[in-house]
Amino acid sequence: MRWLSDDSVSRLREITEQPDLTGTRYRIVKEIGRGGMGVVYEAEDLELERSVALKVTNVALNESADLASEAKTIARLEHPAIVPVHDAGTLADGRRFYTMKLVRGTRLDAWSMQPHGMTERLRLFGRICEPIALAHASGVVHRDLKPENVMVGEFGAVFVMDWGVAGVGTPGYIAPEQMRGTAADARADVYALGAVLTSLLDGREIPRRLNAVIARATADDRDARYADARALAEDVLRYLDGEPVSAYRENVFDRAERWMSRNRVLLVLVAAYIVMRAIVFFWMRL
Amino acid sequence: MSISPFPTTRRSVVLALSSADVAERTRAFDTLVGCYWKPLYKYARVAWHRTREDGEDLTQSFFTRALEKESLASYDASKASFRTFLRLLFDRHVSNEWKAGQRLKRGGGETHLDFDSAEAEIGRESSQVTTPEEYFQSEWARSVFALAVERLRARCDGEGKHAQFAIFELYDLDEDRGVSYRELAIRFGIPETQVTNYLAATRRRFREIVLDALRELTATEQEFRAEARALLGGAAR
Repeated sequence: MRWLSDDSVSRLREITEQPDLTGTRYRIVKEIGRGGMGVVYEAEDLELERSVALKVTNVALNESADLASEAKTIARLEHPAIVPVHDAGTLADGRRFYTMKLVRGTRLDAWSMQPHGMTERLRLFGRICEPIALAHASGVVHRDLKPENVMVGEFGAVFVMDWGVAGVGTPGYIAPEQMRGTAADARADVYALGAVLTSLLDGREIPRRLNAVIARATADDRDARYADARALAEDVLRYLDGEPVSAYRENVFDRAERWMSRNRVLLVLVAAYIVMRAIVFFWMRL
Repeated sequence: MSISPFPTTRRSVVLALSSADVAERTRAFDTLVGCYWKPLYKYARVAWHRTREDGEDLTQSFFTRALEKESLASYDASKASFRTFLRLLFDRHVSNEWKAGQRLKRGGGETHLDFDSAEAEIGRESSQVTTPEEYFQSEWARSVFALAVERLRARCDGEGKHAQFAIFELYDLDEDRGVSYRELAIRFGIPETQVTNYLAATRRRFREIVLDALRELTATEQEFRAEARALLGGAAR
């Protein structure tokens, strides 16, 4: 048998793995990622002369049907934060593929390492919840939400990626019941979103009320969690607006603290007025 | 016409090791020896630091005993891959030989193995040995691909597609792969487009043969997938 150098073995690996694009209008540029079901390449659409992302089933995995189902799921969920599918089909080598808009941006795990304030982080989290809420309303569960599956584009636009319907979850983000093999529902995504929120706020002091929101989202018992992404997002937005959150029962001091926090400007103005009056009062006494 | 990416034409030789049919069992054993003897010999030489003579004896005696005792038929796919099972069995064999403090004399009638070529390969290989397991895995991958290349060559020869294989060999296998489509077109007296068509078709066949060989060398679908991941590195995660 012919001896193969390390370089030749690497080359043969590539050949075995690379999708056969004969007869299609695409040309591979480079690999950009790997998901649960397949490999994603940056490809050139030779007909429309534009760059696209091309996802193709793993060479050794007989999951063509799942990839087709994934493409249909994404096509059904029309939302600015869900990358639109352009084309889908079967390659000459029998593997399924679909192409979608090529998203350029920063992955959420990298974005969260950058210097962003608490409010900006929470507002971004709210935008991440939006497409998930739409999916839940349509009966679709993502099943593998994690920072690596969220891209932040220019001007803070968010894209939720890898809607692999056969997603098995990722340690650190997977809900306990999903890990046990129980069919995942919207509450499994809520758990993952709670874990994503925790990672977004990593290293920061988390206020009590916000902590309660995270605790409810990531409760071990799925019945104790928010019913879906919309309910979770609403509580986060209520927190941002200084309103009571459903996950936290306030006492009178909490209410006072929240009122003061919400009316900080008014309090400063009143305080300034009182100080001014006091100065005028004492000035007149002199 | 689309081709199925999941060829199931070849039966698992790992399963065939337990066949009641002696001829089938022997054929399966020979196929496994063909794929594994070189990785095991190199493993003995490089990871176990054995001399050439010891490496040859250990490899020959390992397969001779495995055939006599039918020990390979005890493989349980639910516990590990066949590749790992074979390596651990070989480790035990080497360790037992060490304890016994004697080299086995080669028995008669064993398969002739080309140890000279294996020895020459060790001298040419540049890969750094990290762990014994990783070294064995990389040699196994080299062996599976080499087997697939030989099968591709045999098929192309059988169908008179000599130019197709020669182009694949020059463009994808040669160490100094500086040859262009244009040069190949001139050398073989065909248009450049024909060169790309030949390459695409031959690579597609190669892909089928690799997956086919892998299916042959594994016992279950789960093992097949795991071994595809091991063979293709990050490629089939």
